Amino acid sequence: MSAPAPLRERSHGDAPAKSPLTGLSDQDLSLMLTIRAFESTLLDLFDRGMLNGTTHTCLGQEYVPVALEGLLAPGDHVFSNHRGHGHYLARHRDPEGLLAEIMGRSGAVCGGVGGSQHIRRDRYLSTGVQGESLPVACGVALHLKRTEPGALACVYVGDGTFGEGAVYEALNIASLWDLPLLVVVENNGIAQSTPLAANMAGSIAGRAAAFDIEHRRVDTVDVTAIRRQLDPAVRAVREGRPLVVEFATHRLGPHSKGDDTRSAQDIAEARAADWYPRYAAADPERFARLDAAARAHIDAVAADVVAREPS
Amino acid sequence: MRVAENLNAALHGLMEREPGLYLLGEDVVDPYGGAFKITRGLSERFPGRVLSTPISENAITGVAAGLALAGDSAIVEMMFGDFTALAFDQLVNFAAKSVTMYGERLPMRMVVRCPVGGGRGYGPTHSQSLQKHFVGVPGLALYEASPFRDHADVLAEMLERAEPCVLFEDKVLYTRPMYEVEPPFALRADGGTAEVSLPGVRPDCVVVAGGGVAHRVLDAMRSLLVEEEIVCTLLVPSRIYPVELELPDVRQVFVVEEGTAGGTWGAEVAHVVHQRHWARLDGPVTLVHSADSVIPTAAHLEREVLVSARDVHRTIREKLRG
Repeated sequence: MSAPAPLRERSHGDAPAKSPLTGLSDQDLSLMLTIRAFESTLLDLFDRGMLNGTTHTCLGQEYVPVALEGLLAPGDHVFSNHRGHGHYLARHRDPEGLLAEIMGRSGAVCGGVGGSQHIRRDRYLSTGVQGESLPVACGVALHLKRTEPGALACVYVGDGTFGEGAVYEALNIASLWDLPLLVVVENNGIAQSTPLAANMAGSIAGRAAAFDIEHRRVDTVDVTAIRRQLDPAVRAVREGRPLVVEFATHRLGPHSKGDDTRSAQDIAEARAADWYPRYAAADPERFARLDAAARAHIDAVAADVVAREPS
Repeated sequence: MRVAENLNAALHGLMEREPGLYLLGEDVVDPYGGAFKITRGLSERFPGRVLSTPISENAITGVAAGLALAGDSAIVEMMFGDFTALAFDQLVNFAAKSVTMYGERLPMRMVVRCPVGGGRGYGPTHSQSLQKHFVGVPGLALYEASPFRDHADVLAEMLERAEPCVLFEDKVLYTRPMYEVEPPFALRADGGTAEVSLPGVRPDCVVVAGGGVAHRVLDAMRSLLVEEEIVCTLLVPSRIYPVELELPDVRQVFVVEEGTAGGTWGAEVAHVVHQRHWARLDGPVTLVHSADSVIPTAAHLEREVLVSARDVHRTIREKLRG
């Protein structure tokens, strides 16, 4: 769906590009492609007037939960936000249940009550209010520390979430109480329509440092490299050393649907940073095969779910 | 035993019986034991489960919700009930909604305890009765501390509901003895709603009141009996929302609360009574509450705003005697 972009790591300027596919399994690549196909299909369903309410797609950010999933264990809790389809699909590989939830059809994960941004399944939970899940995750982390040492609570937030006071109350408590809390910040540089520069004084690293919390910044879309980079720090989280991981990422699509007020240049820059064409260029045959399979799978899921009875 | 001691004993008993129960709040550990000493002795007996927190009402409530989500139970102490405004999002948008918004009933065993009410000169942000702001939230049950019901039963009932509950504790109750009712009135307190009445006499009216104002109503009942020969029966529900009341067969009903005017708990009670008993009433339920005002600090100004025994007496006399 995106135009091919030069093989270039965003943060490295004109430095020579490296293949981002080293060691990436078919399963991981398929998962990224499945999330991409799912989100693209959702926007298409919206355009055709077939979805009720609103939704927020994670186009451009699919690699984040896929990379994280390789570092998480089944006993870990995952907290997601309004832009959570990728987080859910990475955890539960259940596009049928998710689409049914979004469409209010039979087989919906939460009976159609929660919809796109309020989903709970086993140890996965999303909520629609910014920053709200951080204190809740601290409570879960406190429980885990006492009863299931080694397990952690992982919370996905955005750069815009750092406007909420709940974030700081929670970071303070997590640090004071040595909680196994992993905060994953998807810093896509824009909060709905407001750029980061107009939203945040200082930096996310500085905010983590203020609470004596470790901070790692991820500037690549290379899933294997991300896992390698984060593995020691995530292990430390399990020992009660909270961590903020900041992904420098890009939101390709609108905030929700048809509400993108960014300049053509900003959108072009986001597209240029997209993982999709890079992975395609690095291993064209395998990519094309897995992409076609992911699209066919999601097409079949959509056809099935659309035809179902209301939930 | 005073109400504060009864609450403290209830917490001790509950912490002992439930190994998965946490208590969180500001300055709740010993030797301080909470701003009103309700948590005294708990942290020494149950270290690790009684946690003093930073001044972060929103996060404390969220942490409690997280514990509940993970299968534990949690009691949060707000230092002053006024500060529940800071926890509104966690309570209303997360904890209460989580009970049903994920498509199947999710047990959330948590209680937020709130010292409320005036009469102590603490001023506008430390004296409110915020009950009305929490009325009508799906999945959130409201209770009011009372001198007529053992708080061991109250807290156990709240946790058993498996949905978030708020317990409003009028601060003036803390130093009052439990179960104190002077003759000729008699107390019947064998369920969720306590009844104080004149034995063997058919009442002229029923007064529904939260535990915090019960003694103000009792003072008014005494003066109404002596001066006007008006006989009242007082009902003190432990759970104030959802409203569920069995009323004696009377034609006049009053609701007394310390909350200020506008969108009151009493209005909700009146609505329920009208729905069920309209045909037998002489007229609408009469609401008695504090003035439409902030609660001033100076004693003489505070007295003008807060609902008093005199207000209750005057309102009932005017209604029944014209």
